[in-house]
Amino acid sequence: MVIIRDILRDQKKGIAALLVLIGLLPFIIQDNNFRHVMIMFVLFAALGQAWNIITGYAGQTSFGHAAFFGIGAYASTVLLWKFDVSPWIGMLVGGIIASLVACVVSYPCFKLSGHYFAIATLAIGEIMLQLFVSWEYVEGATGIMLPIKEKGLLNMQFHPANKLPYFYIIYLLFVLIVSIAYIIERSKMGFYLKAIRENPDAAMAIGIDTTKYKLYAMAVSAFLTAIVGSFYAQYVMYIDPFMVFALRISMQIVLLTVLGGLGNIFGPIIGSAILIFLSQYTRIILGGTGKGVDLILFGLLVVVMACYQPNGIVGLFRKFVTKRRREVGVHGTADVAG
Amino acid sequence: MVQPMLQVDGVTMKFGSLVANNRVTFHVNKGEIVGLIGPNGAGKTTLFNCISGFYTPTEGRVVFRGTDITGMKPHLICKLGLTRTFQIVKPLKEMTVKENIMTGAFLHVNTRREAEESADEILEMTHLHDKRDQLAGSLTIADKKRLEVARALATRPDMLMLDEPMAGLNQTEVKEVMELCVSLKENGLTLMIVEHIMEGIMPIADRVVVLNAGEKIAEDVPEVVVNDENVIKAYLGERYHAQSKKS
Repeated sequence: MVIIRDILRDQKKGIAALLVLIGLLPFIIQDNNFRHVMIMFVLFAALGQAWNIITGYAGQTSFGHAAFFGIGAYASTVLLWKFDVSPWIGMLVGGIIASLVACVVSYPCFKLSGHYFAIATLAIGEIMLQLFVSWEYVEGATGIMLPIKEKGLLNMQFHPANKLPYFYIIYLLFVLIVSIAYIIERSKMGFYLKAIRENPDAAMAIGIDTTKYKLYAMAVSAFLTAIVGSFYAQYVMYIDPFMVFALRISMQIVLLTVLGGLGNIFGPIIGSAILIFLSQYTRIILGGTGKGVDLILFGLLVVVMACYQPNGIVGLFRKFVTKRRREVGVHGTADVAG
Repeated sequence: MVQPMLQVDGVTMKFGSLVANNRVTFHVNKGEIVGLIGPNGAGKTTLFNCISGFYTPTEGRVVFRGTDITGMKPHLICKLGLTRTFQIVKPLKEMTVKENIMTGAFLHVNTRREAEESADEILEMTHLHDKRDQLAGSLTIADKKRLEVARALATRPDMLMLDEPMAGLNQTEVKEVMELCVSLKENGLTLMIVEHIMEGIMPIADRVVVLNAGEKIAEDVPEVVVNDENVIKAYLGERYHAQSKKS
């Protein structure tokens, strides 16, 4: 418990320790299956972190982040497949396109408040899915098989049995996203986003251009989500619209962050650790018969959390620590009195 | 003639067929404290919203230091140096007192350190220093009102518009707000205060504007306003007015 207390007190050290631990695990445990689970865990933690910027900090609930994930996946894939462009460049292009799309579609939506914004983003995700299903240039519903290129870092393709390079690529992206979230949280932008979340009128009254800052947050969030999407396409080597634009992806991002803790760096990491390990290992243990068991369990957890601790698992820790501190304080004064 | 700090010129605000403000004209000079009073529903807060950009007036003009700010966005008006507070306090609940004030301070600085320095100064000035690490949502109503003023001050305004900063406070707390207002005036700030509590506003105001049913019915120094026939009628009703005349 002392470790948890120290982590909560000194966030920077806590984040660094956690990142190092995550980075070392697949290196130590040389099981391919475990490495795959770690890749998915880090991937979803990164997605949750990116989503947290617009929803956790700025308070604008997005249920359509699969749209940006899919744009990232398709951008790098199409560039590699049709134009032989390195996925690294494709990743950047995908990020930029996702940012632009995010700004264009969310500008009118920001006029909507609360639930209406959430519903609008839900629709955007579905519109993207339908668009790509009927878009012949990208093979529509058939999906795209990624071409096999020369193995190596440049083409982001490695021997399928060697998961370590894939892990370290997504791990670096994850560290980048965590750093960006950390910097935003502590900067002027973080303060402004939180003010917008807490009270938009008060924010306007102290000189915050709320529309501008919400757009910034959306652009950053979409960019980061898209680059993770590009990696995903490279990792699984085949994409179709139902995979990358799935509502399931949007919802998983939302649920894991809410479970872990909204508006907190640790939230998405904790949430993803629970969701991904749960889903991957129930699948391994139960096989085909266990389909959906993970979501049932996870849904239950989210319901329990929403009822008893809306601040997520991070909120639970924090409550525990303050309670302990108070108890220690009480004992301290009692000793003096005795 | 010296240009007034704020010039409100024939401002009319209609909501459908309801006229909340009807051709209200007045001005506020630099360094003054102007009180804006009136019975419930007189249109004081609506007028506030028209000036601070939350509403666009149906007719009329608002000029702040020579700039026409009619219909301008609230955040731009704030940047020009005119900041308001809210009658119903709007603390940033999940942020600490200091973070609330820092958010205001970020209007003119970009680094965290500068914002902290600026916030420390204001914490000292508004006597919130002891509570700087508390969450704003956990404060008492008096402290929330004080925080409302503190956060507005952090934007370094030239003119501050306070919407009922004393409502719901006990006498000691009202005194503290009065002292704060006077000290702000001494520091060169211009203030416009909407207030219901007469004992709070009359002693500190240089001039008082009285609204009733959306129209300005009086504007003068406090001593004259309290004896004005129309004002007494608006506040106490026709009958009481007739009785007081007889006696």
